[in-house]
Amino acid sequence: MGSMQLLPPTASAHAADMDWLFAALVGTSAFILLLVFGLMILFCVRYRKSSKVERGDRLGRTWRVETAWTVATFVAFLGLYFWGADLYVGIHSPPKDATDIYVVGKQWMWKIEHPGGQREIDTLHVPVGKPVRLVLTSQDVIHDFAIPAFRVRQDALPGRYETLWFTPTKVGEYRLFCAELCGTWHARMGGSVVVMEPSDFQRWLDSQDPGPSLAQEGEALFRSYGCSGCHGTASTVHAPKLEGLFSRPVPLQDGRTVVADDRYIRDSILKPKSEIAAGYPPVMPSFAGQIGEDDLLKLVAYIKSLADRTAENSQTGRKAGSAERPTQ
Amino acid sequence: MTTATVTGKSDEPVVATKNYLTEEGVTLRSWLLTKDHKRIAILYTLSITFFFFVGGLAATLIRLNLVTPAGIFTPDIYNRLFTLHGIVMVWFFLIPSIPNTMGNFLIPLMIGAKDLAFPRLNLLSWYLYVGAGFLALFAILIGGVDTGWTFYTPFSSLYSNGYVVLALAAVFAVGFSSILTGLNFIVTTHRMRAPGMTWYRLPVFVWSNYATSVIMVLATPVLAITLMLVAVERLLRVGIFDPALGGDPLLFQHLFWFYSHPAVYIMILPGFGVISEIVPCFARKPLFGYKFVVWSSITIAIVGFFVWAHHMFVAGISLYAGLVFSLLSYVIAVPSAIKVFNWTATLHKGWISFDAPMLYALGFIGLFTIGGLTGLFVANLAFDVHVTDTYFVVAHFHYIMVGGMVSAYFGGLHYWWPKVTGRLYPEWWARIAALLIFFGFNLTFFPQFILGYLGMERRYYSYPPEFQVWNIFSSAGASVLAIGYALPFFYLGWSLFRGKRAGSNPWAATGLEWQTSSPPPAHNFDKTPTVTRPPYQYRPEPEPQDV
Repeated sequence: MGSMQLLPPTASAHAADMDWLFAALVGTSAFILLLVFGLMILFCVRYRKSSKVERGDRLGRTWRVETAWTVATFVAFLGLYFWGADLYVGIHSPPKDATDIYVVGKQWMWKIEHPGGQREIDTLHVPVGKPVRLVLTSQDVIHDFAIPAFRVRQDALPGRYETLWFTPTKVGEYRLFCAELCGTWHARMGGSVVVMEPSDFQRWLDSQDPGPSLAQEGEALFRSYGCSGCHGTASTVHAPKLEGLFSRPVPLQDGRTVVADDRYIRDSILKPKSEIAAGYPPVMPSFAGQIGEDDLLKLVAYIKSLADRTAENSQTGRKAGSAERPTQ
Repeated sequence: MTTATVTGKSDEPVVATKNYLTEEGVTLRSWLLTKDHKRIAILYTLSITFFFFVGGLAATLIRLNLVTPAGIFTPDIYNRLFTLHGIVMVWFFLIPSIPNTMGNFLIPLMIGAKDLAFPRLNLLSWYLYVGAGFLALFAILIGGVDTGWTFYTPFSSLYSNGYVVLALAAVFAVGFSSILTGLNFIVTTHRMRAPGMTWYRLPVFVWSNYATSVIMVLATPVLAITLMLVAVERLLRVGIFDPALGGDPLLFQHLFWFYSHPAVYIMILPGFGVISEIVPCFARKPLFGYKFVVWSSITIAIVGFFVWAHHMFVAGISLYAGLVFSLLSYVIAVPSAIKVFNWTATLHKGWISFDAPMLYALGFIGLFTIGGLTGLFVANLAFDVHVTDTYFVVAHFHYIMVGGMVSAYFGGLHYWWPKVTGRLYPEWWARIAALLIFFGFNLTFFPQFILGYLGMERRYYSYPPEFQVWNIFSSAGASVLAIGYALPFFYLGWSLFRGKRAGSNPWAATGLEWQTSSPPPAHNFDKTPTVTRPPYQYRPEPEPQDV
């Protein structure tokens, strides 16, 4: 409590890399600072008004000096830029085998759903050594999921999905904050991230009310919202089939191609007219305002779970999302 | 031009029988209806001083609250306090601080003009400022606003229950005061320079205010539009920023920072100008690399428009946008660094004396350098992902805005005080205040860098106990800082009545403003000066020619 902490805990692979970057930034700054302060103090003492020191032969040709320090500064800055950019690209490239955990922010709590259907609030349990990808959204205002021990944070925006990934490297309990002003209890919107040994984590998962998995719940919703009427395997309606769709490229009517990720699925449910799959009539109604964030996440999880299935039962005999043939 | 009736004889300007303070009369009416740029500058100085203390009071309460991890105030009160602090300090102190006070007073004097190009607009700008200020105070008094000065949507537009629209209206209105001032300065600099005052003979202070004015005129309308859209969404539920209504919350951030990042340069560029006047004067040497200093201001004003999304590295912008905006942010750091090197080089082989303005200027260089270097940290993509929205960012911009800009403001205030009032301030008190401000400032804000890296978030009324030690340091520093800022209020006030008569040029400085009497006559110069030399032709002078 009374301790003078200088550095936060370092509990992820990225956090260790970040501390090196921090050291480099501090080193560069210290060098420039010492140079500027050193010269200022030196000049102030040496050339104070009362000093009789020789002052002839001043620096002429200022543009040479100017060019020299401009170039030197710029080159040093560029090095730091590339280092930071490289790490930034890294934290935006989650590995393929990352476990997806869904997070919904709302005034003033974090609702977390594991793929197995386990739910928690304001606490996130994760196994050590395994990459985890969080899919974040918000039900009201902008929040921000911040874990200083992992040196990562990401805004959770209403109306879209943002992702954040990390590989915890140290077992322990770390602080979780909301970092974007979200109203009265902003300062209390947080909790902890608990990093556990994989076996302990498994035990923790099992100890939670197992319930149906996210995907299973999504499957039920898929029927209750009527999605299966057109997109189901038995349907005869000419609608894109969802088996094998997730994370594959989808050619659109307007000629573009997009990857069928969380965002695409979500937008296709809420704004079906915005990105129409090539070869399909734009007949799907919008579900905006009818499906809450929780249910959307479950539907996305369900569609994601179909990624490895092929559409063998499908009457169109087509692999969803690729090689579509407009045959109307 | 001015309403002054010129009846005085055109003698050698001596101490102040005929000066702007008395020439037009001393009635309240003569002040409130004045079109003299110098009187308007005084009106502005009084008003921004008032708002500085309002914002400072909020800062004091914030630091008081953060002494204990649990906080002292309720979260709703705390949220209103930092919102009040931000809005008042940004729009009612920092942005008008140097341009509307010293810029107003000095630009015509420095270029050898009788007044600004549009004296009536100048007065209107002050009335807009005051009206907006009262509106902001009214919003605060009837219940306040809890959105932060950044008004992020959809919180501000649909969820906050404070007096958001009223606050938006106040900021909207004060924006027009900025635009009018900027317009006035641009036209004045182009059209009203004295014979021989070529562009490269302009003092850097004029160049800096010129660059600032360009930003004010180009960026402020974007802010006005943005705030109006928030009000429209809030009042009429038209979906612009809230996705629930079909809007896009990031659109707000793009628009807001398109103004608010250049606004950072509105706040700091005039400070560069002040320092570029003070350092050569007290080093008795021409400014090193005049053209580089001038063009780095212009470069900053231009590139400053292309870095806004570095406030949004975790907000959900694309990876490529992040890469580009970070690179541009590193690019803009270069001209700022150039200035620091040039001021330092100006000291080389000078004849340096350490009067209070110089102490403030040296303090400015030190604090601005720290602020600028930590700018490299927050411009760095991966680093920013860890510290954005933490106290690291808070510390960084306070080093620039308070350590930098407020030091420059006080430096300029002391430097030109004899010109404005005709009296000298008490030197020793001023030096003590300068030192208190420097050390108090570092004690307040340096611990916040550490807090930020540890993960203490902004805008938290309560925080985990492991952060308490650094917060106590910070609050202790804030009380030193408060004394440092209060001191000038008293000794400058005292000097108004008891200070020694200054004479026209107590610092033996070279600018045109020192050629006329102190305080200057209403029409500035008895005879329009002709300029034959570049600025800052300083030579070592054993003793300033004083009275």
